Amino acid sequence: METTTVQSNFKSEEYFINMGPQHPATHGVLRLVLTIDGEIIKKVDPDLGYIHRSIEKMCERDSYQQIVHLTDRMDYLSSNINNEAVCLAVENALQLEVPDRVKVIRTIIGELTRISSHCLWWGVMGMDVGALTTYFYGFRDRELINDIMEETCGARLTMNYNVPGGLMFDIHPNFVSRVKKFVAHFKTKIPEYDRLLTNNVIFQKRTKGVGVLSKEDAISFGASGPVGRASGYSCDVRKYHPYSALDRVTFNEALQTEGDTFARYKVRIQEFWESLSIIEQLIDNIPEGEHRVPTNAVIKLPKGEYYQKVETARGELGVYIISTGTKNPYRLKFRSPGFSNLSLLNHIAVGGKIGDLVATMATLDLVIPDIDR
Amino acid sequence: MTNEALQNNITKWFPDAEAAGLTFSEEESQFLNIDISPNNLIELMSKLKSNEDTSFDYLFCLSGVDWGEELGVVYHLESTLHRHQLVVKVRTPDRENPTLDTVYSIWKTAEFHEREVFDFFGITFTGHPNMKRLFLTDEWQGYPLRKDYEDEINMILK
Amino acid sequence: MKYGLSIITTIHDWLYSVMPEWLAGLVEMILIALVYLGIFSIAGLFLVLMERRVAAWFQLRVGPNRVGFQGLLQTMADALKLLSKELTGTEKADKFLYNLAPYFVIVTSLMALAVIPFTKEFHAFDINIGILFLIAISSIGVIGILLGGWSSNNKYALIGAMRSGVQTISYELSVGLSLLTMILLTGTLQLSEIIEVQKSGWLIVQGHIPAIIAFMIFMISGTAETNRAPFDMVEAESELGAGFHTEYSGMKFAYFFLAEFINMFIIAAIATTVFFGGWLSPFGITESIPWLGVLWFLIKTLLLVFLMMWFRWTFPRLRVDQLLTLEWKYLLPINLVNIVLMALLVWGNLIIKF
Repeated sequence: METTTVQSNFKSEEYFINMGPQHPATHGVLRLVLTIDGEIIKKVDPDLGYIHRSIEKMCERDSYQQIVHLTDRMDYLSSNINNEAVCLAVENALQLEVPDRVKVIRTIIGELTRISSHCLWWGVMGMDVGALTTYFYGFRDRELINDIMEETCGARLTMNYNVPGGLMFDIHPNFVSRVKKFVAHFKTKIPEYDRLLTNNVIFQKRTKGVGVLSKEDAISFGASGPVGRASGYSCDVRKYHPYSALDRVTFNEALQTEGDTFARYKVRIQEFWESLSIIEQLIDNIPEGEHRVPTNAVIKLPKGEYYQKVETARGELGVYIISTGTKNPYRLKFRSPGFSNLSLLNHIAVGGKIGDLVATMATLDLVIPDIDR
Repeated sequence: MTNEALQNNITKWFPDAEAAGLTFSEEESQFLNIDISPNNLIELMSKLKSNEDTSFDYLFCLSGVDWGEELGVVYHLESTLHRHQLVVKVRTPDRENPTLDTVYSIWKTAEFHEREVFDFFGITFTGHPNMKRLFLTDEWQGYPLRKDYEDEINMILK
Repeated sequence: MKYGLSIITTIHDWLYSVMPEWLAGLVEMILIALVYLGIFSIAGLFLVLMERRVAAWFQLRVGPNRVGFQGLLQTMADALKLLSKELTGTEKADKFLYNLAPYFVIVTSLMALAVIPFTKEFHAFDINIGILFLIAISSIGVIGILLGGWSSNNKYALIGAMRSGVQTISYELSVGLSLLTMILLTGTLQLSEIIEVQKSGWLIVQGHIPAIIAFMIFMISGTAETNRAPFDMVEAESELGAGFHTEYSGMKFAYFFLAEFINMFIIAAIATTVFFGGWLSPFGITESIPWLGVLWFLIKTLLLVFLMMWFRWTFPRLRVDQLLTLEWKYLLPINLVNIVLMALLVWGNLIIKF
């Protein structure tokens, strides 16, 4: 922050505190410069870039297969969906039709990723409002998904399972039975989540009416994912621009109208159920077939511009590729959901208390590497 | 609305398409692309947002692009009402001191996205409430995502 | 405690026989203080261990179980580590107040222990204003927190300290009033006499409905007094980092930490004494063996401590304004009505006595 602009509009009863870059509630290296009057927030000024790696610039020198690997490092909690986004963009550009098997597996893995991301969010959400135990409950269930991923993808966090043209390898023979076991297990755990946190009076008092975002503002600020849907803004990419096997499943878009922190919380809890239902519809009929169609070792996209949007656990991820026909993209832009969601933080947090800001930030579910691409 | 209908509609707004630098293209893209001169950008954008037939109320992507000769910004628009999509491109040949108008007053999401573009491409947006570096430090020299940017320490080429 | 008591009497007699009276009294006081200090710094460490094991149990973990049998020596090792750590601090801190704060906190919590009757003989300081003394002492601790937060020259610490001031001053009322409700029943402030009264039934039974209300209010405000979740505004690690003790390290931090646990023990001990008959055994089953009183006292107290840990590991934290709303708009009016109710009860002699 340069001091000149700071001092000019500074009132003596207000003061600054730096929330971050090392702060338990910012979940990473986000720095918020807060202007505070007592406990009341007057202004939130995010300062970014503490882990910016300029992935977009790196992409300009990398081949398309390499780019897929970089996307893991953006929103590391929905790494599979990020991979899928780039792969879909490349496949669309190449007019490559991937086998049905690939589509179904991608969708299942994507929904598992979403559940695992939401599990972590749920644990951290509880922790941010002071209920430390939730963290371990969330991680208990996330661990099961990580085990499934480890068996099939070979990794627990940065999967790299998708490649342009399909999947890196076929699913593990145990995959179907383990996923089924997980679905049955997790169905008994969501009510437990509700008992522990959702129905808690203190939790509801902390979250209801806090950080209210209207539908108009949600659209204007480009909110997406659960943040947008909690404001009654129907923005599920899976519904409007279905990709992979999402056009053959039926699911409800989780919608709430209040737009407050509790609504965002409920949307994510609802999404647990929707994701489980999507998995259940697909897991029994994974078509037989190849897990990959061969592509050239060096992929050259035809000259043109390609845009692919997918719904990650945080919202709408866009991949915008400008190709000049060479083996690297001329320009590659990631429209990350966290970046737009962060931009509305100042709008909804002003006027609240420090505790409200923390609760609000928890439901925005920011992943900092996703913002600092 | 289909792309042809969109194109017809928008053409009507600008009787002098030549002067406004208005061109349409659907080649090499899945969207309808509109090119517009920087001077008419705000006019076009406000109409795209406010007109009931188009009502592009959702700016889902704003990317800076270095086209070599020119610098520019690509706006990806979607209507949450009609669910049609559109791409608007604006270019400026001035590489020394590129300036464009901000669309912050139309879509609030542009605040952060334009700061990002300023940070990486050095395009200044006039009328932006908070035009300063977002990711990089204030002392940073140059604009990293430009094609002619060179940094022998931090950039590994091949 | 027959045997133990005789040792104490022997030492007492011996001291008075070899020294002039004033010196003997002084030496005796110092000896008792040292014994208490020794016992409770160790006991505090075991409370920390208990909390960690309880937390682990709630959180599907194992908890510390490596150092010593079942991790019994874990917190000792932690304390040793903290002892050997460097004492850091901010450069522009108010050095004098900064160093004073932890002692304020730990000394007041140790002082309060003196009046708590562990059993009939194990009672260091039986004054006739016991309850008043307890309330007075336990509210001094907040000065230490305010000093610590103010002097460390850190905004997070300052916010934490201010929250603590607001919180303690508010909840002090409820603690006092809920104890006052029970004093209507006992007619005395002296803790040993309060226990005597309970030989015909624990006060929570004697006072039935208003006593139960008073107990609930006491536990809520007692938890708030000790700054523990769900009232841990003062530390609120997800909001303020570590609150008022952000800038403390090493042994100074350990003092704050230990004081929190001793305070928790004190709140539970007061509740035990005032509501659950202190060292009295249920239905007088072990009345013939007086030293078992310590055991009964500890069992009851640790159960209440467990209750407070249960709160902590289950509930989310309140927001600072909700905290004050709870006190001033709910607990305080309920408490006042409850006192009237209790007075009517005593007046109409509707007490349950065995």
